[in-house]
Amino acid sequence: MSAQVALLAEGITKRYDGRTIIEDVSIALHPGELVCLLGVSGAGKTTLFHTLSGLETPEAGRVLLDGEDVTGRPGKISYMLQRDLLLPHKRVLDNVALPLVLRGERPAAAREKAQAYFADFGLRGTERLWPAQLSGGMRQRAALLRTFLGSRGVVLLDEPFSALDALTKRELHGWYIDMMERLRLTTLFVTHDIDEAILLSDRVCILSGHPGKITAAFPILPPRPRGLDFSLSGAFLDYKKQILSLLDA
Amino acid sequence: MKRSRSITGKLPAALALLAVLVIWMGLSEGGIVPQFMLPTPRQVWNTLTTDAATLCANAVVTLQETAWGLLLGVALGMALATLMHRVRVLYRAFYPLLVITQTIPTIAIAPLLVLWMGFGMAPKVTLVTITTFFPIAVNLLEGYASTDRAAADLLRAMGANRRQIFLHLELPSALSHFFSGLRVSVSYAVVGAVISEWLGGFEGLGVYMTRVKKAYAFDKMFAVIIVIIAVSLLLMALVTVLRRLLMPWEAYEKIERND
Repeated sequence: MSAQVALLAEGITKRYDGRTIIEDVSIALHPGELVCLLGVSGAGKTTLFHTLSGLETPEAGRVLLDGEDVTGRPGKISYMLQRDLLLPHKRVLDNVALPLVLRGERPAAAREKAQAYFADFGLRGTERLWPAQLSGGMRQRAALLRTFLGSRGVVLLDEPFSALDALTKRELHGWYIDMMERLRLTTLFVTHDIDEAILLSDRVCILSGHPGKITAAFPILPPRPRGLDFSLSGAFLDYKKQILSLLDA
Repeated sequence: MKRSRSITGKLPAALALLAVLVIWMGLSEGGIVPQFMLPTPRQVWNTLTTDAATLCANAVVTLQETAWGLLLGVALGMALATLMHRVRVLYRAFYPLLVITQTIPTIAIAPLLVLWMGFGMAPKVTLVTITTFFPIAVNLLEGYASTDRAAADLLRAMGANRRQIFLHLELPSALSHFFSGLRVSVSYAVVGAVISEWLGGFEGLGVYMTRVKKAYAFDKMFAVIIVIIAVSLLLMALVTVLRRLLMPWEAYEKIERND
């Protein structure tokens, strides 16, 4: 394990109205890693993400981004919420450039910077369109591009592919892995889809219980890139069995 | 395809309007109601054309009062709603008062305004302002409140401050509510201006109306009413045009929903 850590969460505890939602949650992400957080509904995944992104300040613990303490400070770790949340009143280009504009960049410069990634994200020609004119997959790509532009290398994705049909989902999986390597992104993502977790992740963390704790964490082997037949292999099924038994426990 | 749909959509309305005209013609031309009480559509049309110059001159005055009052009302409504949205204490303090102002009958305050401000333009503009700020304020407040919470979280996660959240999210999200309010305000505005003219003034459609009423010139009364309707419809159409210009994305959202 390298000493370098991109995102480090240490002993995060978060309460609402006297109820402890998550307790003593620690996660470390190394640069370029893709870690998946799996858990039953209500285990506090959204609370954890809100806390990591700085929207909420934890009662205990801290969040470090490249060694810098960003606990309770939004705008540092990029966070893509469950829905794509493209603003209907902004053209696609302006939606994507929004994090840069919010950071104080001039709109023209921000647009130019965002524009440079449109082709890579499969969005060429959509710059002047309104979000309502995009397909589901396109909207998700645009939201991902916005998340990436707002980031300093680490992104949190809350069920990024859950709203898509199976075919679009598969297409986006492959594309995202490829994209992550090229942009050297570090990703922590939440999903309910066990297959998706095994297929994409370097590591899987199970969040369960009341209050939510990380009850198990293990790497998925072989390392990426994995062949297409991985999802049909015995190893894949063994992982699935293991995860299902952990979630039921 | 879109055009044919809009024609079939408007057909019932056109037929209903035609029916009203036919009934009116039947009642007046058929002699069921005496013609001095209910003029025929043809008489009204003749009055409209022969008195066009007088009607136009008076309409211009009323339109000016409407425009100034509406402008001030919109500005006041926007300022109030925005302030009340940003400062919750102000919302709690002034919302009931805002509702109370709307229960005061226009007819009751119009003469007071005339007494306070004279027979010039000021009392008319004030009355229009009073009647128009409310729909704007209430609709905008509702619009601000209806902002998508998750979108606000997203902007906060991007590091946006309150001012940025307001400019990039809350204000544009409230635009459709604003225009609903403006549509109502516009129709109130014309009526408000006319009513305030009834109660004192030298020119304007309301003044003309009281004058022809005293002369029992029913055909002229009807002509004024038609001018008022036309002016109101024209202003409402303007609001629609403005809405299309300021909210171009709406057209695409509607197409999406229809399909």
